[in-house]
Amino acid sequence: MKKCEYQQIDPRALTVSPSSAQNHTEKKVQRPRRKWEVFPGKNRFFCDGRIILARQSGVLPLTLGLIVVTCGLFFAFDCPFLVEHLTVFIPVIGAVLFVFVVFSLLRTSFTDPGILPRATPDEAADIEKQIDTSGSSTYRPPPRTKEILINQQVVKLKYCFTCKMFRPPRTSHCSLCDNCVERFDHHCPWVGNCVGKRNYRFFYSFIISLSFLTSFIFGCVITHITLRSQAGKSLVQAIQESPARYPFVHTLLSCLDSFSFTVVELVICFFSIWSILGLSGFHTYLVASNLTTNEDIKGSWSSKRGAEESGNPYTYNSILTNCCATLCGPMPPSLIDRRGFLPPDEAMSAASASEIELPPFAAKNDAHMEDNCQDLALSCTA
Amino acid sequence: MAETHSLQDMRQQAAIAAKVFIQRDYTNGTVCQFQTKFPSELETRIDKQQFEETVRTLNNLYAEAEKLGSQSYIEGCLACLTAYTIFLCMETHYEKVLKKIAKYIQEQNDKIYAPRGLLLTDPIERGLRVIEVTIFEERSLTR
Repeated sequence: MKKCEYQQIDPRALTVSPSSAQNHTEKKVQRPRRKWEVFPGKNRFFCDGRIILARQSGVLPLTLGLIVVTCGLFFAFDCPFLVEHLTVFIPVIGAVLFVFVVFSLLRTSFTDPGILPRATPDEAADIEKQIDTSGSSTYRPPPRTKEILINQQVVKLKYCFTCKMFRPPRTSHCSLCDNCVERFDHHCPWVGNCVGKRNYRFFYSFIISLSFLTSFIFGCVITHITLRSQAGKSLVQAIQESPARYPFVHTLLSCLDSFSFTVVELVICFFSIWSILGLSGFHTYLVASNLTTNEDIKGSWSSKRGAEESGNPYTYNSILTNCCATLCGPMPPSLIDRRGFLPPDEAMSAASASEIELPPFAAKNDAHMEDNCQDLALSCTA
Repeated sequence: MAETHSLQDMRQQAAIAAKVFIQRDYTNGTVCQFQTKFPSELETRIDKQQFEETVRTLNNLYAEAEKLGSQSYIEGCLACLTAYTIFLCMETHYEKVLKKIAKYIQEQNDKIYAPRGLLLTDPIERGLRVIEVTIFEERSLTR
């Protein structure tokens, strides 16, 4: 029995390294496959790998729907009145904000957040060799962490068992997407994707522009109602005259006090604005102090962790520099190369991975580890 | 994810003796830097100075790519103003430097490493985690 949880590297979980002196049997030529087709994480790809989404797209359609419907109602029913009574810039500003919000949202959802490709089998074997220096083969390996110094501060790097590598600092493994993501902030269900190094600026501009958009629409609706009621009619009549905004009011007018229902709707709008504004404020704080949501929640750098060792080692100690670095810094490239072509032998091995037991190259690299595994197996079954 | 470099295709006839991985150096934070420590497996194949020079040049190139300077700020602000659509048509500064790095590695491979039976793999193909140095078995190499 050669099944060994911690030490044996299962090539089925990773794409097979082609640089081994392996001779795969010649099978019939398949069409060249792109790398996204054999991507091991839980992601979905569209447009031949150009667009990447998490497998669970969450409530992204709901988010888009809410924004589009609210803006649609705004443009259809509030704008004509406000253009007439105020200025023509109202729909222009609304349109600009709407476009910005939608573009940012789509960019956040469809961009690779900074996924780290999994370690190649050779790399993983090399790392395991470096860890396994103690030679204690009969016991369960200790949890793998590595301590390094970053800007004179000790940071612990954890070993990722799925991706078979030590996670770089600020990287976290998202269980929903089954990927290690660089500068992992959080997995956002509203956006249907992880928020990480590559799409944090899009996410930030999405929530900021959404705050402006909702505040703008809220303000315009209030102005609309106020102006109508100022034109000599009562508030109730003003509401009665704008049917689209309050359709339920119309149907339930006979049995409900319409005014209280209006208040409820305004309160809902008011609270949603505050939750978005609250989120924007929170992320502005994170940007200014160069933190991620993940670090903030875990309290990685808070003072209660003790002594003078705490403190964010990544901050530039200047709010402006932190903001510029996070939002206007250089755009890192995608590391997973979704649209690259798989070499023919890799494509075949990936396709027939289920048929292959354990390629001999694993034996070549892990020769001493297989002995350890056998010892472990013997000790377990003894 | 494993990917082959076109140079590796040329070398596939030669048997691979070993692979050495130069890990990342995080002492300055999350910027992309590699450790300049000379691995012992390469002692018989190449000069320590030469190897360290290569790694140092690569580190400098990556630092240039990730530099927070006026160019990156202008690019960032312009991108923000155009709702990030500009990234669809323009090549970013980082991508330009990555091309420079790819060219440098190819040049180093052709001039210095291939004659010694070594091959450097571009770190971007390994997710910027390691510089993979493939050591080929010495057959009829003149040193």
